[in-house]
Amino acid sequence: MGDTLRHAWTIARKDLLLEFRTRTAVLSAVVFTALVLTVFNFGRDPTAVATIDLAPSILWVTFSFAAILALNRAFQLELENEALEGLLVSPISRTSLYLGKLVANLMFVGVVECVALPLFVLFFDVPVWRALAPLIAVIALATVGFVAVGTLFSAMVIRTRFAELMLPVLLLPFFIPPLTGAVQATARLLDGRPLSEAAGWLRLLAGYDVAFLVLATLLFPHTVDE
Amino acid sequence: MRLARAGRWVTLVGLLLLAGVYLRALAFTPIERSQGPAQKIFYLHMPAAVWAELAMGLVGLAGVFYLFLKDPRLDRFAAASAEAGTVFAAIVLTTGPIWGKPIWGTWWTWDARLTLTLLLFFLYMGYLLLRSATPDPELRARYSAVLGICGLVLVPFIHLSTVMFRTLHPAPIVLKPSPPSLPGSMLITLLFSFGVFTLLYIGFVMQVYGLSLLQEELAARERAAAVARGRGEGGDDA
Amino acid sequence: MLRADGLRHAFGHVIALDDISFSLAPGRTLVIFGPNGAGKTTLLKVLAGLIRPQAGCATVAGGRRAIGWIGHQSHLYAHLTVAENLLFWAALYDVPAERRRARAAEVMRRLAIADQADRRVWALSRGLAQRAAIARALMHDPQVLLLDEPFTGLDLAAAGEVRALLAQLRGAGRVVVLATHNVDEGAELATDVAFQRRGRFVHFAPRGAHESAEIAEAYRRAVGAGAAGGAGGTAGG
Repeated sequence: MGDTLRHAWTIARKDLLLEFRTRTAVLSAVVFTALVLTVFNFGRDPTAVATIDLAPSILWVTFSFAAILALNRAFQLELENEALEGLLVSPISRTSLYLGKLVANLMFVGVVECVALPLFVLFFDVPVWRALAPLIAVIALATVGFVAVGTLFSAMVIRTRFAELMLPVLLLPFFIPPLTGAVQATARLLDGRPLSEAAGWLRLLAGYDVAFLVLATLLFPHTVDE
Repeated sequence: MRLARAGRWVTLVGLLLLAGVYLRALAFTPIERSQGPAQKIFYLHMPAAVWAELAMGLVGLAGVFYLFLKDPRLDRFAAASAEAGTVFAAIVLTTGPIWGKPIWGTWWTWDARLTLTLLLFFLYMGYLLLRSATPDPELRARYSAVLGICGLVLVPFIHLSTVMFRTLHPAPIVLKPSPPSLPGSMLITLLFSFGVFTLLYIGFVMQVYGLSLLQEELAARERAAAVARGRGEGGDDA
Repeated sequence: MLRADGLRHAFGHVIALDDISFSLAPGRTLVIFGPNGAGKTTLLKVLAGLIRPQAGCATVAGGRRAIGWIGHQSHLYAHLTVAENLLFWAALYDVPAERRRARAAEVMRRLAIADQADRRVWALSRGLAQRAAIARALMHDPQVLLLDEPFTGLDLAAAGEVRALLAQLRGAGRVVVLATHNVDEGAELATDVAFQRRGRFVHFAPRGAHESAEIAEAYRRAVGAGAAGGAGGTAGG
């Protein structure tokens, strides 16, 4: 167990170091997210619907797209550097590879979300301060759900044709339960309601996270071997 | 060959019986009070919806067994079940609006049942697209199994999240702990239709399975011919 | 140390491994000659555990930990330095943390790339990168080395150094399996020689006292002629 975690951390650290060195992927993802938020502004009629009603949807659709973009990166990186084979020959367990990529993806998506959230608050004048801590908790829960399944699928699509197109097609149905929970919880939080009112939705999120983290860990070895 | 042909017969019988269901539904089953004649689509819609979901369950289950046993027959069955499931989901998604328009005044509603079936349809599409994008048979089988299992686990979560929304769909009138609140003859028509759809599922699966067997046999024969050709001359190929 | 039993594997209708069996004791160096497409890479991948064969099995004493793999891919991250790459792979192979830097320095010296330690891999020439790839495989001092066309991209001097290194490893009791299509390059190193053609070993025998030139000649005869893939020795066995 200790070995698995240690190896996972070695891989995650390597990914983050590479990301820091090149910065292209992170910056592209951040710019993309800002653009999506901007597009949403032009895609609505501010006189017809109050922004606050649309805000949770805007936030979560943006986060979903950003996550999918980010998820392509993880195994594409190994393919580009011709290193995937080396990882498979080495004595590390497939689980460490999954966990390492999971952590790296979570950090990557986390950075994008850290930039997106303030932008969102700014663009749509959303009163987020009173609910900031619970909102961050909801964002964290949903993101884990997105990335757990996304890391599994991104390992599969690299060996299929049209990988970048396959990933969203396969992944989006799986985003719907955590997305639903996140939007409902966010709506209640932005409305000034206490988090306890969204308890059912939070349970859905947590249950989804646990179920798919376990499932993805179990299934990962079958996707990554040649 | 035999399987595909047998499957065709089963499907034909199924379709004939389906016509029988309709005869019974239109002529011998009373008209529902609040919904009028449009409600008769229910006999088509409901069993198709159940089988669309069951087919996904079977895809996932076959996937689990495949990962343990690596038997290509399980993969072939899963693919066949997925195709059948797609057809049934399509039936639900077309009969749903046809039923809904006269009753609720709108073609589409995001109620629990329709939403679930729409998502099932997307899962099936993703499954079939993944298969067509993966040329190597062993890899394809493995990937399909993984996706199928994930789909199977996803379904309960979809149920949960869509049911947690308010729903316009008529309250479940058959699967309740107390005796079903459908009057006797309607229930019989429904059960009859369900039986017919089961037959249709079996027929579809047999046909698709049989066809994929044929395709593989053909490919194997081509393979053997290529090897024989290669052994007869010098030089190596990739 | 290393053992293959009845390995069979095909990709679609192309046979890559056709009933391959052999075993190697420590200190043996097997050089497999064969044209492109003969199945050499597939055999190495099965030995490395990358591919599960459709029939038969391969065992390497010590498992993955004991294997050093040099394939067609570089396994080097372009934006990390050579040293960072070596340390990363050493960590995955559980080389004790306190030994890693010393070992990296040692390995880089052996392959004459010590001065490249802090350069990013994308900046290296092909030859230097290939040497770095070999260094990577040696970081954890593997008992078994599997090399697939390792001399690609190396100039004469570098190739000579690598050959000297491999000879040294043989002396130290390591097992080396080397696949190449260039019969002139590898013959000297071998203690055992195999010719692979369309998945079969059309020749497998200890090298004995044969000169490299003899082996090269036997190879050209075995593979060049239209022999229908029968196992069993041709001249030079």
